[in-house]
Amino acid sequence: MLTNAKVVSPPSDDKRWKIIDGTMRRHGHQPHSLIEVLHTMQETFGFLTDDGLRYVATSLRVPYSKVYGVATFYHFFTMKPPGKHTCVVCTGTACHIKGANTLLAAVQEESGLKAGETTRDGSLSLLTARCVGSCGLAPAAVFDGQVAGKITTDSIKRRVRDFLGNETDAEILSVGEHQ
Amino acid sequence: MNQDDLANIAVQTKQEESRYDHVIKVCVAAGCLSANSDQVKTQLESEVKQRGLESCCKVKGVGCMGLCAAGPLVAGEGNEKMFQNVTPADASAILDSIVDNKPAPENVVIDSHLDFFTGQKKIVLENSGEIDPERVEDYIAADGYEALFHCITKLKPLGVVEQVTKSGLRGRGGAGFPTGLKWTTVYKAGTGQKYVICNADEGDPGAFMDRSVLESDPHRVLEGMAIAGYAVGANKGFIYCRAEYPLAVKRLRTAIRQAESHGLLGNNIGETHFDFKIEIRLGAGAFVCGEETALIASIEGGRGTPRPRPPFPAQSGLWDCPTLINNVETFANIPPIIRRGGEWYSTIGTEKSKGTKVFALAGRVVNTGLIEVPMGITLREIIFKLGGGIPEGRRFKAVQSGGPSGGCVPEQYLDIPVDYDSLASVGSIMGSGGMIVMDETSCMVDVAKFFMDFCMSESCGKCVPCRVGTTQMHNILERISEGRATQNDLEQLKELTGMVKAASLCGLGQTAPNPTLTTLRYFMDEYKAHIEEGRCPAGICHPVKDKEEAEVGA
Amino acid sequence: MSTAPGVEICTLIIENRECGGRSDQTILDVAEEYGIFIPTLCRLPGLSSIGACRMCLVEVKGSNKLLPACVTKVQEGMEVTVNSERLEAYRRTTLELLFSERNHICSVCVTNGHCDLQSLAQKLGVNHITMPYLHPHVEVDASHPRFIADHNRCILCTRCIRVCAEIEGAHTWDLMGRGTKARVITDLNRPWGESESCTGCGKCVQVCPTGALSEKGQAAGEMMKRRQFLPYLSMMREVGK
Ligand SMILES: Cc1cc2nc3c(=O)[nH]c(=O)nc-3n(C[C@H](O)[C@H](O)[C@H](O)COP(=O)(O)O)c2cc1C
Ligand code: SF4
Ligand code: SF4
Ligand code: FES
Ligand code: FES
Repeated sequence: MLTNAKVVSPPSDDKRWKIIDGTMRRHGHQPHSLIEVLHTMQETFGFLTDDGLRYVATSLRVPYSKVYGVATFYHFFTMKPPGKHTCVVCTGTACHIKGANTLLAAVQEESGLKAGETTRDGSLSLLTARCVGSCGLAPAAVFDGQVAGKITTDSIKRRVRDFLGNETDAEILSVGEHQ
Repeated sequence: MNQDDLANIAVQTKQEESRYDHVIKVCVAAGCLSANSDQVKTQLESEVKQRGLESCCKVKGVGCMGLCAAGPLVAGEGNEKMFQNVTPADASAILDSIVDNKPAPENVVIDSHLDFFTGQKKIVLENSGEIDPERVEDYIAADGYEALFHCITKLKPLGVVEQVTKSGLRGRGGAGFPTGLKWTTVYKAGTGQKYVICNADEGDPGAFMDRSVLESDPHRVLEGMAIAGYAVGANKGFIYCRAEYPLAVKRLRTAIRQAESHGLLGNNIGETHFDFKIEIRLGAGAFVCGEETALIASIEGGRGTPRPRPPFPAQSGLWDCPTLINNVETFANIPPIIRRGGEWYSTIGTEKSKGTKVFALAGRVVNTGLIEVPMGITLREIIFKLGGGIPEGRRFKAVQSGGPSGGCVPEQYLDIPVDYDSLASVGSIMGSGGMIVMDETSCMVDVAKFFMDFCMSESCGKCVPCRVGTTQMHNILERISEGRATQNDLEQLKELTGMVKAASLCGLGQTAPNPTLTTLRYFMDEYKAHIEEGRCPAGICHPVKDKEEAEVGA
Repeated sequence: MSTAPGVEICTLIIENRECGGRSDQTILDVAEEYGIFIPTLCRLPGLSSIGACRMCLVEVKGSNKLLPACVTKVQEGMEVTVNSERLEAYRRTTLELLFSERNHICSVCVTNGHCDLQSLAQKLGVNHITMPYLHPHVEVDASHPRFIADHNRCILCTRCIRVCAEIEGAHTWDLMGRGTKARVITDLNRPWGESESCTGCGKCVQVCPTGALSEKGQAAGEMMKRRQFLPYLSMMREVGK
């Protein structure tokens, strides 16, 4: 088969690069598959790394600066490792009208996090989204990928406390990893 | 598969279902799923088994029933019996009610004759809440793919375009461009490679019509796209869907796989020479990618920045080929238009706005959820009849339609008909169908600031008026909301709204001033209260109390 | 004048003057041939035009939208207005917005006196900025042995990106982020001096309309830009196609 592939080896011997290779192969290493490949990378590793971007750029023959430009244009992509748990507060119109700001304030009160931040122990990330499509249930939030509607300041604090609470193991672990 | 096979599947599926005395439908669209409707479904199934009712009772997952805020929703006996806020514990009582006709607990019963249900007219949503979105057979039994087969076996491409033109359908993605005209342009654009794109980016932050259609009836969109492909001469389609809708993407993937294995997509569809394939492309969190040229740039793998038009995508779009771009709801209207004729469709709605429109009703209104209504219905009917009015006895203040590109319509215009031109005449737009109701607890300065903040952070940054203009306008609105603004700021704000509207490159910048403009027009008293008195009438903003202190600071 | 297939000769009116042009020319092309001035910033002959800065907006009779002269093709019978009260006001506002966006302090800038932004402002009578400055925190990248990138002066016109990709073929530059947070970057947002793709040709420096890209060792007001290479190189590219 004729492909655009350039022989480069993955940044590490992590088996998961095979998944990214798979997406690139499925698209015949076409430069226009860049966004699909970045989606796969983020799904696989949780975030985009410099090494990964370099690998994808070389494999798809897309200039470095363009890859970086694309990765930072789209807010869905992140270059920071996310926390073990994520809490996404919807700040779309319906949720704004129904008090999304007070929910954010409640999470900050409970965890000290502002939108876009992760706790130092890596247990929780607080994010915002512009409408998760559950406006009928506003205000809405997404906890670890599960949408929940009709959130109150009490219910969100409870979820956040749970996330932070049973993370003592993870806290120690991730401290260990950072050393 | 040919037309006879299609008819066979339809007959068989209907026969299978008619064997049951009772079909119990459980909503498994995202809204109800987030309230654990899957557990309700499992519980109902095991209850049916326990009672040995498997041969007369079928539990079926269906798409959105509309009243999302009251989910999980369950319906039986052809929607005569409906239940809300159902928990797994209610399963037994619901079975009692449906099978043995016993009264169910009051807190779960919904009156199925509510205006919310009876005031609707369903064309796009005709299968939502009726069929299992994960089974192609269910769609076929509901006359699915009949329109596509009719087109490819009985009509010439131009004949299809004619029906769409006759229907008077206008694009549901926001701008309301006549769909027939767009199809004609692409049809006439030579005989080379062409593409069809379905815009499922649904960027309006308060709208979920497209999501619901994709989750409840994905085959309808595929069929609409295939018909479009046949009509304009394209053999390849892309669905650009936002990544925030994982369930919609999953159901689309399932639907594409099923359609391919049944020969409804792929090569030689219906044993004719027509080939059509569909691929999904995921968005990645950029509102501007809903704009058609930005969307194309994104499918091509680049930064989603718009480019000046002309050339329009219909002439030169994806990889410089003629490209037809329509919205999800636009495509969803196509199969019924072909099945029942463009003439029929054009009898619904108003003179210049034909057919129905799906709205996502949300905010400070009793019944929040999804409704489909004929064009020409008044705002008052939507909000007070179908929507059930404002909760907790509060006063209506404004309704926002069209999202960040639209405007806030005040009480005095509640009786205008909902159509493209009337909404534009009061400074708003039809938009894609988001409709957010606000009462006296909403501050209109805050609302204007909210939308400007949205446009500022979604501006792609390519052109100067939008990139810097929205930022400057946002900062002024912030100063007003904090009580730090002067009369001068207000003048500058007005000037910038005009300039950004006229000078920006794409629709985002050109419409970004709309929410500000309409609030300036209809709620100047609220702006004045912030600027002159340092007071927020709704109590949302916290303007600096001491104006003097603010002036010294500024 | 010989024309390619499908290209027609048309007559149109620009600023009350009857002009003749080919249908593959833009309003700006024709206006320039007739010596009619239309202000521009992002466009540079020899590079692709992107219609981004909106300085060149003109009114065309029968269109309710303002159209960028740099990318709008001429048509038979067009009537174009280049200067009206409204257009002039918008152009001044556009310049004001640009000045307010980053930190433009002309007196200490290497291109003081040779800057496209500055000279346009003088020409259009923008002498003070009524809008609050946004004062972003942006950096100066002096890592390259011969050049400096001072993001305080960048107006995001993308000329550097286009010349590098379209003429030099290196595609060292691109934009990252979006909105006012957008910034021009080299490679994977690494210091310019570490760039693996930069050939050091300096074309980006020469096309940059402001003092954002300059040669090292220049004092305030010393940096002159040399753009004579562009028409020739872009012609060679056309021939090569
Ligand atoms: C900033 C911006 C965002 C848009 N977002 C969407 C969107 O999310 N979905 C959509 O269908 N159309 C959107 N549109 C409109 C599209 O550009 C385009 O007009 C539409 O997809 C055409 O389909 P239609 O004719 O069926 O409406 C947007 C336009 C602009 C300017
Ligand atoms: S109007 Fe805004 S979104 Fe559109 S091109 Fe200009 S900067 Fe980008
Ligand atoms: S560095 Fe210069 S050429 Fe490049 S975008 Fe900025 S102002 Fe334009
Ligand atoms: S606005 Fe929050 S889910 Fe739509
Ligand atoms: S010169 Fe035409 S838009 Fe910049």
